[in-house]
Amino acid sequence: MSALEISNLSLAIGGAPILNGVSFAAEPGKITALVGESGSGKSLTLLSAMQLLPPGARLSGSVKLAGEEIAGAGETRLNALRGAAMGMVFQEPMSALNPVRTIGAQIAETVLLHRQVSRAEAQTQARAALDRVGLSAIGLERYPHELSGGQRQRVAIAIATVLAPALVLADEPTTALDVITQAGVLALFRDLADAGGAVVLVTHDLSIVANYADRVAIMGGGAIVDEAEGAGALRRLTHPYAKALLAAATPKPASAPARELGAEVLRVENAVVVHAREGGGAVRALDGVSMAVRAGESVGVVGESGSGKSTLARVALGLQRLTSGAVKLDGRDWASARGAALKAMRLRAQIVFQDPYGSFNPRRRVGWLVAEPLHLMEPTLSEEARRARVSRVLEDVGLSPTDAARYPHQFSGGQRQRIAIARALVTEPALVVLDEAVSALDVSIRAQILDLLAELRGRLGLSYLFITHDLAVVRAIADRVIVLQAGKIVEEGAARTMFDAPSHPYTAALAAASPRLDLASES
Amino acid sequence: MNRALILGAALSGAAILAALVSLAWTPYDIAAIDVARAFSAPSAAHWLGTDHLGRDVVSLLLAGARTSIAVALVAVGIGIGIGAPLGLLAAARGGLIDEIIMRANDMVFAFPALLLAILLTAVLGPSGVNAMIAIGVFNVPVFARVARGGALALWRREYVLAARAAGKGGFRISVEHVLPNLADQLIVQATIQFSLGVIAEAGLSYVGLGVQPPDASWGRMLSESQTFVFLAPWLALAPGLAIFATVLGLNLMGDGLRDALDPKQRADR
Amino acid sequence: MIRYLAGRALALMLTLVAASLVVFAIIDIAPGDPAAYMMGLNADPAAVAALRTELGLDGSLAQRYVDWAGGLLRGDLGVSYTYRVPVSELVAERAALSIPLAAIALVLSSSLALGAALLAVSKRGRPTETTVMALSQAGVATPNFWIALLLVLVFSTTLGWFSAGGFPGWDAGPVALFRSLALPALALALPQAAVLTRVMRSALLDTLNEDYMRTARAKGLSQWAALTRHALPNAMIPVLTILGLQFSFLLAGAVIIENVFYLPGLGRLVFQAIVQRDLIVVRSVVMLLVFAAVAIAFLVDLLYAAADPRLRRPA
Repeated sequence: MSALEISNLSLAIGGAPILNGVSFAAEPGKITALVGESGSGKSLTLLSAMQLLPPGARLSGSVKLAGEEIAGAGETRLNALRGAAMGMVFQEPMSALNPVRTIGAQIAETVLLHRQVSRAEAQTQARAALDRVGLSAIGLERYPHELSGGQRQRVAIAIATVLAPALVLADEPTTALDVITQAGVLALFRDLADAGGAVVLVTHDLSIVANYADRVAIMGGGAIVDEAEGAGALRRLTHPYAKALLAAATPKPASAPARELGAEVLRVENAVVVHAREGGGAVRALDGVSMAVRAGESVGVVGESGSGKSTLARVALGLQRLTSGAVKLDGRDWASARGAALKAMRLRAQIVFQDPYGSFNPRRRVGWLVAEPLHLMEPTLSEEARRARVSRVLEDVGLSPTDAARYPHQFSGGQRQRIAIARALVTEPALVVLDEAVSALDVSIRAQILDLLAELRGRLGLSYLFITHDLAVVRAIADRVIVLQAGKIVEEGAARTMFDAPSHPYTAALAAASPRLDLASES
Repeated sequence: MNRALILGAALSGAAILAALVSLAWTPYDIAAIDVARAFSAPSAAHWLGTDHLGRDVVSLLLAGARTSIAVALVAVGIGIGIGAPLGLLAAARGGLIDEIIMRANDMVFAFPALLLAILLTAVLGPSGVNAMIAIGVFNVPVFARVARGGALALWRREYVLAARAAGKGGFRISVEHVLPNLADQLIVQATIQFSLGVIAEAGLSYVGLGVQPPDASWGRMLSESQTFVFLAPWLALAPGLAIFATVLGLNLMGDGLRDALDPKQRADR
Repeated sequence: MIRYLAGRALALMLTLVAASLVVFAIIDIAPGDPAAYMMGLNADPAAVAALRTELGLDGSLAQRYVDWAGGLLRGDLGVSYTYRVPVSELVAERAALSIPLAAIALVLSSSLALGAALLAVSKRGRPTETTVMALSQAGVATPNFWIALLLVLVFSTTLGWFSAGGFPGWDAGPVALFRSLALPALALALPQAAVLTRVMRSALLDTLNEDYMRTARAKGLSQWAALTRHALPNAMIPVLTILGLQFSFLLAGAVIIENVFYLPGLGRLVFQAIVQRDLIVVRSVVMLLVFAAVAIAFLVDLLYAAADPRLRRPA
């Protein structure tokens, strides 16, 4: 008997149809991956299984938990099942726990809700649950804010699994986590399945599916379009949408024609950045970093959170003052530049951010936003010249000049990222810093943007400093890659080959933890 | 457009209309005292009757609207005009300037507002202008705090970082990026402070420290009616209801505006 | 956390000093010659001069400020010009009424508001919520002196259940006390309750959107249990500041209410002193009220630290 069986599930929220006849099952002892792009309805499918839908939701169809029909069941029955027969883990570990209660109390609460035991007994079970998720060194009396994101996610898993429910639902549980932490958390789900539980894992990351899932179901347009099982499942998908997803997710190595690299555009010499920490002490965001980017080169910077990669991005643009060391653009030091010289330098280095939704002032039109860096130019451009440039860069990124009159919210995430790239190109820079510029995009859009970036580099002779945590992206876009750990460079090498034969143990750990789609689908 | 906004706009619009009309005309002259006609009940000639000095209540209400709106409006103007730039400055500069502005805010907040307004008007002399100043002073830290809070959140947004990458300075960024996105919160707060100003002006006039006769004020009408509450209870109802309706209207408008302007309610994503 | 509290204590003390300078400026400098101001326009010049000497107004401004501030720190609030008794005695007498009254009003308004807010939030989107919010809108729009007037009109004049004013003293027995304090407390509490309801509801709604509420439901907690066990403790934290502000407001803002009900409280004391131009009383009592507000603010900071573990042990 399936642990979870969903048949013909249809969901509309406030009149808008979201799910359209979804049917699938989750078996005990297996990890079933539910894959789809944003908007496919995969999160809502899980929430429908838990019957935790937002107000205004109308659900029809059948949801059976271990054979019992729960669609339309009463709240009392559902409350009894939630936490005991089915548990759920959500995407954002940073906010999933109540900040004013200890983690022990929050885990024990699940126990006390469903079992008639004493407080002390509940605490013992909470302790055991924490040990099972690998947090034996963390005390029950700790508060959530004292733990890292990965640790908080483990606590959330402990809460969801302390009573060993037969079904565990996980909605993008590792999206917000570093690669190495992600591997640890996914291993926990593997353990749960091996112990006999049924795990449903929602994700958009096909490499996770290739390395961890026993079954995969692809969602598109509110329904399941394809399913496959067993080793090499991904390659056995036949539906065109599924195949398109797989093609987009498979990394293509960076096109690296024998290009004559020019003079150095960016040089970082022994950069040290020290921040004062709240409550005393100091943290070295950058600890003696030296590197260079030559004209026409694409350099990737890889690291986990806290590695200093964002600080490096800001330092390269002269937005962050150094505690010691020097950063030079075209041979000129940022620290000593003033007035007109500083403006001229800013023209040569621009940035593309990660968040396509937050990087634009919602009240300004696209034309104004793209033209914003142009105020640095001396002498200032005429209105006509400005408009001409804006039109040109919009076309460069695959949009139309008429888009200049529209507002950011009228575009999709991928289109907004194109606008961000256009803004970075409008001053005809030499160096473009991209800070996790594709991390927030869907897989198929990501592929398109990476292609665009590669094409622009070749045509316009740009240099890139590409900050990312995703090794697959680095392989696709960079010639050379630098690995940062705790503010120091631990290894440098050719992007395509370094991770296959790493020298430094940290690089090796990163490589091992990163799920690879191309290798796995060959099994 | 939601219902709150419409109802609120209607009520406060009526008050503002009354104030504007009274600038040009009132049914009767509010300075005209006619003791013979004192305490007459509502009739065709005097729709709401007359007060203890024979003055027409409707005319007094219209003139009172003028006082309430004018005082509250100027007080809000003082608050936004001084408070908002201070808040923006504190958020843009941070450090010592921020500390100084925040401490000054705390200090004003520590004063019991009504009491100090009473004190200021008593010492400076009771008048409409001094009431505007006394109430306005307490609006400044409110707007400073709202502006600073909103600005701090906006400074962390990536598009501000992009503007810095484009080389813009704090002043330009505050004006071009922060202020327009702050306008919503400031407007909503302005309606709140406006309604508080109406109540404060009524309170000051109630104790005799607001505008002086022959200018009319709803608060003074209330305090005068208190003495004669057994004789003519309706005299206590009219100004009270006027205050109630105006403040209610302003609050509803503030709520309606907040909901209408809330980006989470807008279907954009 | 010690650092945090010490920092706050220092900031609050600076606030007090700054406030005392402002009060001094308003009372001692603004009216021109305080002695002349106190005695009025037609006073005999010799009497004014005598008063000036008595009040120490012949000294420099700095000297006068130091004398006054020093006196405050020692507990010497001066001698009332009108009543010829030490201000500290007057204050103690009046505070014995005002503080309990403010406390009663605070408890009343907070409980009403909490109940109303919880009700409105748990019945979201249904008529109960609309009614509660409409009532709170009406409450906010009503000046407390008008409510006082209406209450007197209905309960005292017409029904005769409560006295229309005056205070019989704390030893008059519970029934008499109730009859004289019920209406004033209600007049103070109702508009405050309306304001607090809106604040608490807003805070609760904000917490409802937090992710940990979802986790709570996924554990099997009912909507109500999740609300009271997880949302409420978090929502109360921002409400603490408002409560602190309310108490100081109740203490001083009761001026008008005390007037309406002829209650011999602090507000009435200051108001009469202002009218009688007894600047000595005004100066000291205003400073006292400011001190109370600052002390309460510090208390709220302490409560914050107790309630929010993120402040007790920074990560």
